[in-house]
Amino acid sequence: MRYLPKSPAERNSMLEKIGARHVDDLFVAIPEEYRLRRDLKIPPQMGESEIIEYFRKAAAQNGSGYASFLGAGCYRHYRPVVIDSIVQRGEFLTSYTPYQAEITQGTLQAIFEFQTMICELTGMDVANASMYDGSTGAAEAVMMAARITGRSHSVIAQTVHPEYREVMATYAQHQGLPSTTVGYDPRTGRIQLELLDAAITEDTACVLVQSPNFFGVIEDIPAIAEIAHAKGALLIVSIAEAVSLGAVRPPVEADIVSLEAQSFGVAISYGGPFCGVIATREKYIRQMPGRLAGQTLDADGNRGFVLTLATREQHIRREKATSNICTNQALVALMATVYLTVYGKEGLRELAMQNLAKTEFARRTLTAQPGQNCLFEASPRFNEFVLTSEEPVAEMQARLRAQGILGGVDLTRWYPELGQATLWCVTELNTRAQMEAAAQALATSSAVGV
Amino acid sequence: METMHPVSAHTPRNTTLGKVRTHPTQNEGLIFEKSSPGKRAVKLAPLDVPEVDAAALLGDAFRSEPAPLPEVSEIEIIRHFTRLSTWNYAIDLGMYPLGSCTMKYNPRVNEFVARLEGIAEAHPYQPESLAQGSLEVVRELEQCLIEITGMDAITLQPAAGAHGEFTGILLVRAYHESRGNARRKIIVPDSAHGTNPATAAICGYEVQNLKSNALGMVDVAELERIVDEDTAALMLTNPSTIGVFESEIHRIADVLHAKGALLYMDGANMNALVGKARPGDFGVDVMHLNLHKTFSTPHGGGGPGSGPVACKAILEPFLPTPVLARRGDGTLGWNFDRPQSVGRVRAYYGNYGMFVRALGYILANGPDGLRQTTEDAVLNANYVRASLEDLYELPYKTASMHEVVFSDKRQAARGVKTGDIAKRIIDYGFHPFTVSFPLIVSGALMIEPTESESKEELDRFIEAMRAIAQEVDETPELVKHAPHSTRVSRLDEATAARKPILRWRPAGE
Ligand SMILES: Cc1ncc(COP(=O)(O)O)c(C=O)c1O
Repeated sequence: MRYLPKSPAERNSMLEKIGARHVDDLFVAIPEEYRLRRDLKIPPQMGESEIIEYFRKAAAQNGSGYASFLGAGCYRHYRPVVIDSIVQRGEFLTSYTPYQAEITQGTLQAIFEFQTMICELTGMDVANASMYDGSTGAAEAVMMAARITGRSHSVIAQTVHPEYREVMATYAQHQGLPSTTVGYDPRTGRIQLELLDAAITEDTACVLVQSPNFFGVIEDIPAIAEIAHAKGALLIVSIAEAVSLGAVRPPVEADIVSLEAQSFGVAISYGGPFCGVIATREKYIRQMPGRLAGQTLDADGNRGFVLTLATREQHIRREKATSNICTNQALVALMATVYLTVYGKEGLRELAMQNLAKTEFARRTLTAQPGQNCLFEASPRFNEFVLTSEEPVAEMQARLRAQGILGGVDLTRWYPELGQATLWCVTELNTRAQMEAAAQALATSSAVGV
Repeated sequence: METMHPVSAHTPRNTTLGKVRTHPTQNEGLIFEKSSPGKRAVKLAPLDVPEVDAAALLGDAFRSEPAPLPEVSEIEIIRHFTRLSTWNYAIDLGMYPLGSCTMKYNPRVNEFVARLEGIAEAHPYQPESLAQGSLEVVRELEQCLIEITGMDAITLQPAAGAHGEFTGILLVRAYHESRGNARRKIIVPDSAHGTNPATAAICGYEVQNLKSNALGMVDVAELERIVDEDTAALMLTNPSTIGVFESEIHRIADVLHAKGALLYMDGANMNALVGKARPGDFGVDVMHLNLHKTFSTPHGGGGPGSGPVACKAILEPFLPTPVLARRGDGTLGWNFDRPQSVGRVRAYYGNYGMFVRALGYILANGPDGLRQTTEDAVLNANYVRASLEDLYELPYKTASMHEVVFSDKRQAARGVKTGDIAKRIIDYGFHPFTVSFPLIVSGALMIEPTESESKEELDRFIEAMRAIAQEVDETPELVKHAPHSTRVSRLDEATAARKPILRWRPAGE
């Protein structure tokens, strides 16, 4: 076996040192009746070339070469090559949680830089080293708000990613943390402020909104914050499209921001691994979940970094910990850190501007076709918009697919009230030609009539 | 081989200690300190559509001030992160015997295949007809893991071990609820990892501590005494955190089952069992695996991981949605119609990129390779044990599986603690073992070599540990102030926690 660095003779000499005759002597603690005396029924050993062939075949079975307008929480952005060069360095790839600070300064300093950049982007004071993803980060943020306020109820906008809401429901359900969902204004696609106000009670720990929301619409964060804060509830803002922060005002009125950083140079990879992160105000640090890197000095007065405030964490506090999270998404956070360094202050802004321009162009081009309407047209949005048409979504998508286009995500399973609605995402990777081809395909479909 | 003997605190240049010799490391500030307006590392493709007036489009939502991200060039970025990387220790540099973490070799072919375009670019909402390849990978991995664990069903959705625990305990809860009573408490041995009690708590359970017996194992009589109709489950790590197989596992299962409680197994230590014994055969009802431990996916400086949960048929109806299903026409698809499901634990389908790597690892090994892997892992741990037990205290003499746990009892008598020994082994060119865990061993040194270490590397490690034992006797101060060869000396953790500095700020802010 090519990953095992021992010859039979070496194994024997080691057994001798141990005083065992056969390696099975080392397994005597396992009662005889539970020993597996046969081969596992799994595929036989493969050579490297066969493994590559196996996965090439799998890759080929997926659709490829399509012009994709899919987003909905997983965004296609260009990923600079240096990211992979850096994260494939064994010193980053094959190390673990930096408990031993003296030989993990590289990871620790990179986390510290990540935390800093997340603060700069979100307008928060502190950010942690990562959460699993945006959905679990949102669930943890709700639990954090409950701890801070001593209240249990949460109010969640219906415009939050439906799968995030499902995850939050799973987390909340067993902790006696009830929640209320507040609908959106059918004209603006934003949370209904009067309904929001009415939904907040004396027991409301937090209001959680996503912005840009699931429809791509940017929520009115200052107004929402005012309503939440007036009743003593915290405001959590979930951000699924992190590139929006290049052009969209950060949610500085929020108490907690739960960000999904996938947009920052992370492959979509069928939905993971991604990188959640929680950022908050300084005064709430001690209720934060997840790891934190902090700056300090060594015995000789040199600057260095350590994991800190661990008394919040499971390995110290056990059942009283702020979260059970241990392994996080460190390498993905490093990808995001490199990405943000590559784009930098001006680059991220330009990138966001391109996304805005392309989305606006696509929106106009698609809705210029007969029977195609954009919902929430007057609302500010980032790189997604909702398109409705007369034609059933499945038929429209099949037609687009035949033209090599993956149209918007089908919204009928989550928002049937919108009719035949699809959620289109446009990033810098979508070309004008793709948008025009999509419009063409839509025109044909409406010409055929329904 | 160079001889090894205690050296002075300031190791002279060109002196070899263990397998290392000190060499200069590059200084490097924070990336923000390199920033200067106008430097850049990116050039976007020209915009092929008309520009827009963002301020007009976004109105009040427009960000007037861009975030003050660093402004640097590409060469500075490569140097910055490359220099940082050289300050890390890693499996690729040598033995990383961090107990309980299974720091084994991370095969590079797995990195390669995870980056194949059709795999890396697949979108979770692309039509299932265009995702059959991605789904086949999920299917194959599920089948392999079910076979390896001897369980009946599985979900790959959880993102790490602790998340798997959360999912597994929710299954337990849903199961009991379906029978009319969620029950009140989860029993957790005092030897358990911190995530176990933390998980039980976030699942709404009271944690009942189970004291280990004199062998560091489950005290079955005590278990029998405390298990009652209010007990939802026992969370058991097997082999335990002291690296010992719970030989009475079936009795433990019987005691629980007699009261209607379930047996949850923390599978962090599956590297001791794969191909040799299957939890499904010895009474486990539900368990999680760590693809980032047993199945070689890289730890990445703290993550990502992946924590699949395998269970017996009685728990299958409760698995998170969606579950993968073979349709009538032979294609694979996600089944969302699961009325008894605990719900989703993560958006989409889990840390998919880790599934690809774990499957690559399984395919490279095959049944014979996986068995040999397990045998070598156990062989290595026992070899370390046999080579050090005369110098380090072995608090529990029970047979070791894939890891061995010593205590610092003898060294502590001279004022040197496990943490000091850990720092000193850094000077010899190794990553330290896990310190101070499990909590049932005072001053624990938890050593898990994994199968990836050659006899040569193990011998170096053993020699280093023996040399340190001698140093403790002769020059304890040397050990107490270690490490001496790293770019930073011991860091002031107390101040870091008392006055937290968690982000960089520009001068004057
Ligand atoms: C015994 C044990 N249980 C649970 C965990 C938690 O797993 P993870 O870090 O993947 O969440 C770990 C390791 O970190 C462990 O060693």
